[in-house]
Amino acid sequence: MKDALMAGTISITGHGGDEIEAYLARPVDPGSPFGSVVVIHHMPGYDAETQEIARRFAANGYAALMPNLYYREAPGASPDDAAAAVRALGGVPDERLVGDVAGAAAHLRALDGANGKVGVIGYCSGGRQSFLAACSLQLEAAVDCYGAFIISPPPEGMPLKVQPIIGLAKDLSCPLLGLFGADDKNPAPAETQELAKELSALGKTHEFHTYDGAGHAFFAVNRPSYRVEAANDGWQRIWEFFGRYLAS
Amino acid sequence: MCTYLTEKIQITGSGKGSAGWFALSDATVYFDHPQHAQAEHTLNIDFLNPGQGPSARVAVELTAESARALARAIEATLEATPASLI
Repeated sequence: MKDALMAGTISITGHGGDEIEAYLARPVDPGSPFGSVVVIHHMPGYDAETQEIARRFAANGYAALMPNLYYREAPGASPDDAAAAVRALGGVPDERLVGDVAGAAAHLRALDGANGKVGVIGYCSGGRQSFLAACSLQLEAAVDCYGAFIISPPPEGMPLKVQPIIGLAKDLSCPLLGLFGADDKNPAPAETQELAKELSALGKTHEFHTYDGAGHAFFAVNRPSYRVEAANDGWQRIWEFFGRYLAS
Repeated sequence: MCTYLTEKIQITGSGKGSAGWFALSDATVYFDHPQHAQAEHTLNIDFLNPGQGPSARVAVELTAESARALARAIEATLEATPASLI
């Protein structure tokens, strides 16, 4: 049964040696070595819909591991309560995010049957964090789904304590796939164009798609922002991209 | 977009959450993506007691129109209440 998968909550070692909760979904016996993906959840948290995304990767032959980035502030809390608590604190510190993704990537590389190739994908705030991780760690592929504040800082008065990270682009360790909505304001198309221009100037492999009729969070199936055409094409791009860089 | 705009205030009162009634100490008000309401953005209010952990929260997500109506209703109720009771 090559399509069998298993999924559930585990504990991994994250930034600073902290034990944090994570959701692992992986093929059981795919018959050949498999690639792996660190899934970075969106700002609303470590929720059921993002766990479903992790299982989708497993169903397509990848091991997927999603760290609960809010575990430290809200162990055992529901995802929405945890997200509210972390939101009020200004979000996840960049350094901690990188450490948690590093821990997740190390866990994935050590899985029986893994081919050693690890990619990262993130949504919403996770899109920026995916880029951040790919500029900070040695990975094989990265996907940024509508991540804001890579180019521009958050507007004044916002509690989010993040800064632009375009300056890290020179350190991007792997090819980057960007999936964006033409109607999104954060990131606005002008910003993603600027990012593409910078990556081109640096000779970094990248592939960006901006979908008409889609705004922020067009992959989110349980929200009114869901756009079926953009999401379907986006998933196809993801399979092609990870197939190229992560599959054996 | 994620607006992250947040107003924080200290409050006194009680709220009923998933584990029953608890004392409230804080409230946050923000306009951002909702968790549950079927709208792109909503006016969200969290009634909180951070001292009791993240689960000590009563949350509402309102359309902008509903939020303004609520604010007017609160003000109107307080205006109509005899000052001796407040």
